Amino acid sequence: MKATVIVTLKPTVLDPQGMTIQRSLSSIGLSDISDVRQGKIFNVVLKDGSREQVERLAKEVLTNPVIEEYRIVWE
Amino acid sequence: MKFGVVIFPGSNCDHDCYYAIESVIGKPVDFIWHQDTSLNAFDAIILPGGFAYGDYLRTGALAKFSPVMRAIGEFANKGGLVYGICNGFQILTEAGLLPGALLRNVSMKYICKFVELRTETANTPYTNVLKKGQILRIPIGHGEGNFYADEDTLKRIEDNDQVVFRYLENPNGSLHDIAGIVNEKRNVLGMMPHPDRSSEAILGSADGKLIFESMVNALVSR
Repeated sequence: MKATVIVTLKPTVLDPQGMTIQRSLSSIGLSDISDVRQGKIFNVVLKDGSREQVERLAKEVLTNPVIEEYRIVWE
Repeated sequence: MKFGVVIFPGSNCDHDCYYAIESVIGKPVDFIWHQDTSLNAFDAIILPGGFAYGDYLRTGALAKFSPVMRAIGEFANKGGLVYGICNGFQILTEAGLLPGALLRNVSMKYICKFVELRTETANTPYTNVLKKGQILRIPIGHGEGNFYADEDTLKRIEDNDQVVFRYLENPNGSLHDIAGIVNEKRNVLGMMPHPDRSSEAILGSADGKLIFESMVNALVSR
């Protein structure tokens, strides 16, 4: 079984990396893109039935709850 | 009185801190390996700068799972002095021993230069030889020193007089110009600037020494 954990900064947290990407877009004509937020994706392989461990991984390791949030996509 | 300097894989200011305590302050100091779990021999523990665990995942994120960190949490809860410098500050926020988090610098650049700090409180074991308002000249060297906390947390640390140092000129985007904070019990300090790199005049400033001297003062008067 596989899962994908997507970690992003909370909407209230400034994302200097995303802002830098967005600002560079006008030079290649992508002027309609008004916002870019950068995040992280973790591809996880697990034994069947251990969804709880992926939840803990996402919550306790992959995410800093002060600045980030996560969602899990199960395959 | 004994100081301990923690070595994580990737720490690179461990010897600077050791030198500052042993040779500049003249107090006993030992290294603490990140696998160690007994801290009985120590009165104050320094988490030095560097790139613990390569800063993989997030700065300080993997260091908090080191066996020594559980012991440091207990040490802090008992009132022991725990002092995180730069990467050490990042580790202490990740471990939940200090509020907030350190984000990427707004400029996206790694910044290495002297900065001026205003001492916001003398009421900590780290600033007791300083005066409120005293300006210190201490260098920074970081890419992720942009202090962030949500509004409620910011209000709480301001109301509790937990902001210890503020930048005169904000180099990295830190909210409220915050360079260093203590926990509520005031025995845990984290700050981005490096007193270990500014404790002797030959290094360009000896202001950092005042922080280590305050720690000695606090330990003597216990």
